[in-house]
Amino acid sequence: MADTYYEKADLADFPYIGEHAPEQGAKFFEYYGAATAAGSLSERDKSLIALAVALTQNCPYCIDSCTNKCLSLSVSHDEMMETAHVGAAMMAGVTLAHSTQMRKILKKKEM
Amino acid sequence: MAVQDLETGTEFYEKVKETTGAPLRAEGVGMLQLNITGKCNLACRHCHVGAGPAGAEMPAATLGDCLEAAVRHPEITTIDITGGAPEMHPSLESFLDMASKLGRRLIVRSNLTILLEPAYARFVEIYARNKVEIAGSLPALSAGAGDRQRGNASFARSISAMRLLNAKGYGRAGSGLTLNLAHNPTGAFLPGPQGALEREYRRRLGADWGVEFNSLYCITNMPVGRYLAYLRESGNLEDYMAELAAAYNPEAAKKAMCRNLVSVGPDGALYDCDFNQALRLPMRGGGAISSFDPARLAGREIEVRNHCYGCTAGCGSGCQGASAA
Repeated sequence: MADTYYEKADLADFPYIGEHAPEQGAKFFEYYGAATAAGSLSERDKSLIALAVALTQNCPYCIDSCTNKCLSLSVSHDEMMETAHVGAAMMAGVTLAHSTQMRKILKKKEM
Repeated sequence: MAVQDLETGTEFYEKVKETTGAPLRAEGVGMLQLNITGKCNLACRHCHVGAGPAGAEMPAATLGDCLEAAVRHPEITTIDITGGAPEMHPSLESFLDMASKLGRRLIVRSNLTILLEPAYARFVEIYARNKVEIAGSLPALSAGAGDRQRGNASFARSISAMRLLNAKGYGRAGSGLTLNLAHNPTGAFLPGPQGALEREYRRRLGADWGVEFNSLYCITNMPVGRYLAYLRESGNLEDYMAELAAAYNPEAAKKAMCRNLVSVGPDGALYDCDFNQALRLPMRGGGAISSFDPARLAGREIEVRNHCYGCTAGCGSGCQGASAA
């Protein structure tokens, strides 16, 4: 066993995450399939949303899987990079929006 | 990982037996696929037959044997011509003129770009008069990805060829002339769902370039020939084979193209598919097209190796695209 928390080969374990709780696992996969399948949004649109979430959540398994999914759907490099910037902008915005809490405390605490 | 053993590995054979209850066997010979030349004006990085300027060519007499086999056996409903670039075979025009009279489905797999070359531009007219169905290669929707795989300007030239074909009626509703496109991934990943990609191709090709087509075939790249060399050189072979094996679908195995196809090499030898032909894995008891006997071939066991996982991954992959969508 590799002496790291994340192992690339562990991505192949994803189908087995229902182990020890098969009923909940099956319900998760059913939900996952329904949520990511084409609906009002195309499979392609959803693959880009999933990529943005994977990047912002720093999940190496999801980044691997979502990048491959985008490639398989002929999503271009430019489209993927623009998606990364949407995620980055949102994360920056979320961080700065939370500075409001920080500034409120500063105003309250300081003379 | 044993599945990477592409020469002697038996994982695929065992997998099919375990999941379908029997080894892969042929059902019929509905499609006669002729690889008439290894010559091509391109030298694509994914080409499983390694086609290029100097390839073997099927002798005219052997081409005659193929036609004779189709005449004698009406159960062959489709004649599918591939290469190389079939247009570079000096007898293609006369073969099509004769084969079209049989009333079978007649397909030519074209790289499209060759239709812009002065020596071969006449094939637009030849295809139209013989109602030939064209399966044109267009692996990607952008010049960047497409040209990395097929060479400089290949994407722009393919679009130009599509415009010529559209002007002739190909790909237009109600014309009776069919232009299908073949998509294959431009790297070490599997194709996405055929329906989703077809919608995207139709939208982008229409909006960006004003060209039309009938259907999109998604074809998985097989770990054979130049594509195998690319997988090895880029360090992707292990992951790619693991991905193919993990995506194994028994329904795709039940509908594999080899169950209903006979592939003929330039030398007239019979194979279970074009990939086995590239690997020089002849059909069991197949012999040559000159002694073609469908009754003898029915029920034969298909010659399989681990590259066959390429046809059974996900929704399956065959010459007509996804086989188990």
